[in-house]
Amino acid sequence: MPEKLYIDALREGLREEMLRDENVFIIGEDVGLYGGAFGVTKGLFQEFGEDRVKDTPISEAAIAGAAVGAALCGMRPVAEIMFFDFFTIAMDQLVNQGAKNRYMFGGKAKVPMVIRGPMGCGTGAAAQHSQSFPAVFAHFPGLKVVMPSTPYDVKGLIKASIRDDNPVVFAEHKLLYRVKGEVPEEEYIVPLGKADIKRKGKDITIVAGSIMVIRALEAAKQLEQEGIDVEVVDPRTLKPLDMGTIVDSVKKTGRVIIVEDDPMSFGWGAEVAAGIASSSAFDYLDAPIKRLAGLDIPIPYNPNLEKHAVPQVEDIVKAIKDILE
Amino acid sequence: MNLSQELLASMYRKMMKIRKFEQRVSELFAQGMVPGFVHLYIGEEATAVGVCENLKDTDYITSTHRGHGHLIAKGGELKYMMAELFGRKTGYCKGKGGSMHIADAKIGILGANGIVGAGLPISVGSGLSARMRGTDQVTVCFFGDGASNQGTFHEAMNMASIWRLPVIFVCENNLYGISMRQDRHQAIADISDRAQAYGFPGITVDGNDVLAVYEVAHEAVKRAREGAGPTLIECKTYRWRGHFEGDPTTYRAKEELEEWMAKDPIPRFARYLEENGYASRKELEEIERSVESEVQQAIDFAEKSDLPDEADAVTDVYSDLVEEGRAR
Repeated sequence: MPEKLYIDALREGLREEMLRDENVFIIGEDVGLYGGAFGVTKGLFQEFGEDRVKDTPISEAAIAGAAVGAALCGMRPVAEIMFFDFFTIAMDQLVNQGAKNRYMFGGKAKVPMVIRGPMGCGTGAAAQHSQSFPAVFAHFPGLKVVMPSTPYDVKGLIKASIRDDNPVVFAEHKLLYRVKGEVPEEEYIVPLGKADIKRKGKDITIVAGSIMVIRALEAAKQLEQEGIDVEVVDPRTLKPLDMGTIVDSVKKTGRVIIVEDDPMSFGWGAEVAAGIASSSAFDYLDAPIKRLAGLDIPIPYNPNLEKHAVPQVEDIVKAIKDILE
Repeated sequence: MNLSQELLASMYRKMMKIRKFEQRVSELFAQGMVPGFVHLYIGEEATAVGVCENLKDTDYITSTHRGHGHLIAKGGELKYMMAELFGRKTGYCKGKGGSMHIADAKIGILGANGIVGAGLPISVGSGLSARMRGTDQVTVCFFGDGASNQGTFHEAMNMASIWRLPVIFVCENNLYGISMRQDRHQAIADISDRAQAYGFPGITVDGNDVLAVYEVAHEAVKRAREGAGPTLIECKTYRWRGHFEGDPTTYRAKEELEEWMAKDPIPRFARYLEENGYASRKELEEIERSVESEVQQAIDFAEKSDLPDEADAVTDVYSDLVEEGRAR
């Protein structure tokens, strides 16, 4: 199977859906001529023209609102928000409009839109260009929330998200764009709401999402040298959340650590932990449920401080050793 | 403008329909039959009707928290509206939306809206969709003077302008953003002036003169259909009731209300129809009685309709998932 970069796999998914369905279009800041701030949409403007890859003024609320309006009228917009932090500027249109329209209208409307953007720290961009907060959106009924960790998943999940008849928040971690992985030549879809076991193991389960899957797998590799056999479960979508796969894994290993890129307080890991504690897996637990997450701080500028703000491979290794001791 | 007798009669009927519907809603609200908030449109009927008489069923509107008038003018059915206000299963939104969220995609009503200024970006999206699908559909975006101070107003007008979208922005300047009189909430007298900043025409019209509104909207709709881009129409009007039913309206003088009530758009239009021989007093009275009976039928329909079941609370959130309630 050919290896591809995450960013290229994402672009392929977008392109395939645009070829498949003429109602799919891209809208956002600098997505056209410029190819996107991170280059996700590079070349699509040239291939599909300015009507289907629409450059907008710097107006996040209107970008999200235009996507909602177009979706209500039968289109399938994919809106890019340049940095995940800027989702906050588009909040009303996402949360009070897109998410609630179907319900408020008694089920007589659908809002098939995707709103996507890069989150996460590690680039020295400081507090307003670095936060990960996909869990916020999982708190709004009506939205689906996706956070792919691999090139395979990002392509399959963007295709499923575009075909979904509900508004989908699609959270990409900017450090993942340059990660390589296997992507098949033939067409495939990764359904929303299905977790994936990224590594099989028997001693402990790591539930990790987005960039933390990469770090969890690295930690698992290091721990293998010491005879510790780690299982890594990636929920892939936060809403809907596949608790079944997580619960089954915990029943098998008896120990669990949840690793998030988001700030700890009220994060999605708390939801997963509560889900495990109130499930049939509770009786199988040989140790308390452990969470590792971002510190409850804005992302700092200084590279050492920034690294300290979110879990690193060594933090995961240490936490797992502590649990197993 | 030379308008047919049929069109003029239809306009009168719709204005009367809005007035009678709203008057009954006001009574029903006072009697506790309608839960929540209602924001009534009484006094502003000429604006919705003058604009919407230029639209086809396939055209879109976005509306506001004060939306009943727009919905009726666009062809919304009174019985489904009333049932929704009563929170019944048969309402437009199955009792899940209420007054502020009535929508009817079949006739292009993209929803009333509880957020001031939120309809503006949505109208950019519907306008864009018509452009991309190559149809001649236009979108009318209704909003108030209060919304003209939201950021979305500026973002949407700019976007519609650079893409020359078929959107008609209709600002109902009823002089108050909730309690704040226009001269306290912005330093300009005519909101239509703001169109100049976005490079398309802005025009102010007497919002209580249905024919004047019709004429201005006619031109704007024509421009939009021909691909010439958006127009901002400011209709100067006045809401007779408070911001919401129950609002004590201590922020405005009784004399001001009386002054505007004397400019009631409905008798004004009736006089025009009579004086120009388009309708007799008797015919106009017949329209009034027939509308009253239609509103009564809508109330009867609403009262007889079933309430939603508790199980209905968890459906319609997603197209494919059903919230599991407290089963988890």
